[in-house]
Amino acid sequence: MSKFIFLVPLFPLIGFLINGLFRKWIPKSLSGLIGSATVLASFVLSLLIFFEVKEENFHPVIISLFEFIHAGKLSIPFSFLVDPLSVLFLLIITGVGFLIHVYSTSYMHEENAAAYAKYFCYLNLFVFSMLLLVLGSNYVILFIGWEGVGLCSYLLIGYWFKNQEYSSAAKKAFVMNRIGDFGFLIAVFALINQFGTASFGEIFQHAPKATTGFITMVTLLLFVGATGKSAQIPLYTWLPDAMAGPTPVSALIHAATMVTAGIYMIARSHVLYDLAPVSQTVVAITGLATAILAASIAIKQNDIKKVLAYSTVSQLGYMFLGLGVGAYTGAVFHVMTHAFFKALLFLGAGSVIHAMGGEQDIRKMGALRKYLPITHITFLLACLAIAGVPPFSGFFSKDEILAAAYEKNPLYYIIGVAGAMMTAFYMFRLYATTFLGRFRGTADQEHHLHESPAPITFPLIVLAILAVLGGFLGIPEIFAKNAHLLGHFLQPVFAGRESGAAGHPVDVSTEWMLMGVSAGLVIIMVIFAWMRFSRKPELGEPAGFGKWLANKWYVDELYQTIIVRPLNAFADFLNKVVEKNIIDGMVNGAGRLVQYGSRQFRYLQSGQVGGYVLLMVLGIVILFVVQLFLRK
Amino acid sequence: MNLTQILFWFLSALALFSAIMVVISKNPVHSVLWLIVVFFTISGHYILLNAQFLAIVNLIVYAGAIMVLFLFVIMLMNLNAETEPQKNKWLKMAGVIGGGALLLVLVAALKDADTRNQIAQTGVGDIGLIHNLGLVLFKEYVIPFEISSVLFLSAMVGAVVIGKKE
Amino acid sequence: MPINYYIFLSVALFCIGVAGVLTRRNAIIVFMCIELMLNAVNLLLVAFSKMHHLALAATDPNAGINGQLFVFFIMVVAAAEVSVGLAIIAMLYRNTHSVDINFLNRLKH
Repeated sequence: MSKFIFLVPLFPLIGFLINGLFRKWIPKSLSGLIGSATVLASFVLSLLIFFEVKEENFHPVIISLFEFIHAGKLSIPFSFLVDPLSVLFLLIITGVGFLIHVYSTSYMHEENAAAYAKYFCYLNLFVFSMLLLVLGSNYVILFIGWEGVGLCSYLLIGYWFKNQEYSSAAKKAFVMNRIGDFGFLIAVFALINQFGTASFGEIFQHAPKATTGFITMVTLLLFVGATGKSAQIPLYTWLPDAMAGPTPVSALIHAATMVTAGIYMIARSHVLYDLAPVSQTVVAITGLATAILAASIAIKQNDIKKVLAYSTVSQLGYMFLGLGVGAYTGAVFHVMTHAFFKALLFLGAGSVIHAMGGEQDIRKMGALRKYLPITHITFLLACLAIAGVPPFSGFFSKDEILAAAYEKNPLYYIIGVAGAMMTAFYMFRLYATTFLGRFRGTADQEHHLHESPAPITFPLIVLAILAVLGGFLGIPEIFAKNAHLLGHFLQPVFAGRESGAAGHPVDVSTEWMLMGVSAGLVIIMVIFAWMRFSRKPELGEPAGFGKWLANKWYVDELYQTIIVRPLNAFADFLNKVVEKNIIDGMVNGAGRLVQYGSRQFRYLQSGQVGGYVLLMVLGIVILFVVQLFLRK
Repeated sequence: MNLTQILFWFLSALALFSAIMVVISKNPVHSVLWLIVVFFTISGHYILLNAQFLAIVNLIVYAGAIMVLFLFVIMLMNLNAETEPQKNKWLKMAGVIGGGALLLVLVAALKDADTRNQIAQTGVGDIGLIHNLGLVLFKEYVIPFEISSVLFLSAMVGAVVIGKKE
Repeated sequence: MPINYYIFLSVALFCIGVAGVLTRRNAIIVFMCIELMLNAVNLLLVAFSKMHHLALAATDPNAGINGQLFVFFIMVVAAAEVSVGLAIIAMLYRNTHSVDINFLNRLKH
């Protein structure tokens, strides 16, 4: 089955081409069908490949399609790598992707046919790029996918590009990603320069021979790429703004898949990171700091999508913490569960926004429980999952990361639990404010409240089941022996690494204690937030410290002051002084010089015979001088 | 300082002076007359160099025929000092400087030429006699001579065509 | 006489002619200056014709005669040139009532 792997990205590509080329002619229903069906086909194929990869005696295979770059000794094939890690991502991308396509067919129904087809065309292109990213067997193919998803992210954030704010959000996302991509690109060049190849296998094989300094540099540069794509400090500010895009896009790209590309990339390069402890520490601390910072900001946000966006940034921080402490399985596990519950949250939020007629401010919602029963139940389950309440999926994955963090440094654990408590708090603040209490919108809005149609509720239900049950793929060792199915599945990739499946170094009683502490604290925060916000939602403007949080620690303003403004001033300087005086001066000066010179030389062509004779004599003199004196 | 040398210096000085007068005279008629003086001095040089035939031809053709033609044209046009057009000062300066520069360059170039010990024989030799010249002219140079007659014919036709009224 | 004297004399006459061409606007004077230049060259040719005469007279009694013949041809050509040139000047005068060469600026167009 693996040899048909090329079909997996090919289907969305075909969908992209059809929707893109014929978007003006095909009707809405057909473009939605094409968009969804191609992804479904990829999903089915991925499932088949998954069952093959699952077998005990499976060995990772590289499917080489054609030579992509061949220059001198360097050869970069266009090849796909089939191993448990890539197949797991395939399933997440195509599975969640398919559900979101189905959801979109209903959610985007108000667009006209051409825009509707354009939307599916972008979405298919995104799925294609993302599949390329996870399937590539070398850094160059990975980079193609990496750039492709960045492009699609830009296109989809700016989908309603007529709105100035939205298109600048798209630009912001693109520029921030470019900064990260720059680091990534340098790292890839450095690797090619050092090892003469970009293939994962060969690089990892030769990596131990390279100096630690080189590996540290490369891994840090790769991490710069990851901070851009996966929205970590300091490049995270684009993700909340990326909520300008349609909600399904936020669910697919900015929650479930694209932003986890950085995690995938680092998990894929784990051999390099294991060789560079400094980089691991940097990754862990950055992840932790991002988790805490974003969680604190989320507490005071009032836009339903902004809360979820900061929550995403925060959860991504946890994943990086997991990567930094070496819990690669845990990080990938969290990617998976996060894809389920965060996609669910976004889709639920989309359903709410849909019902509220575009309203996104949770202060104007409330009591939606009555009107949107399915959305309400699924949203609640997702909140429980993200908060980490046992036995929902988030509990298992987060606990695995936190346990590994404790093993590395108990301080990581303490801060991590604090972040988890904040997560529980802001999620249930969001939940309670949105679904409980009384309705605070206009009467008109209340009149229109209705449960969303089946294409919207179907993905919600499927994702809710996954969000609830997904955690049982990774049951810790202390509950049952060899029950960590995911760890077992991924073991060939992270071979030789500690993971949930292999023996846990933290002893059993400590782990029980850790688990109990985090679960207990989280449940307390859930109940506290529920009680507090269901009765008396926070409606006023925040004051004091809350204002700092509501304004996102003024990070955007800080960036504005220390980077954007000087840059603008510099650009202004270049524009007004350098461009106008020097560049234009040179260009216009050349023209003026020619004009002036021509005007002067024109007098030579006076028609005056005397002048001609004079010039002739001078010419003769010059010729004589040259001939008789200079030419020796 | 024998007679030849005295004559040489006298004729040279007179030639240069007359030539300058040709250029600076306001009245065109005076210019013509000074030019005739120049031709006479040059004929004198020819005689010193024993080129008697050329000396006579120079006087007949140049001083006689051509300069009379000039005078005739000038008088036909009634040119005199008053009608003489003047160039502006700077152009005159440029002209003098141009000529001077040419002189300077040529004189400077001659310093390197291998002519210091060469002498032009004066008062000897009979190659300037019409007999010898005629023999060579009609033996070796007969074709150029005949062609020059055609040239004259065409010049005459040309002058008539140009000078004729429409 | 040393040949250098003749050379300097000829060069001086020639350059006076050049200066005259450059400074005067009267077409006839310009023409006369050209004649002056031609004569300077003639003088030089005659002087050169006598330069090697002593050394070569024993073998070739006509040594150097070519120079004098060239002078003869130059006179022929000069005479032809003067006839045509003066015809042109006469026509110029007829058209412009002037012999100012600055009126000959039709070359510009």
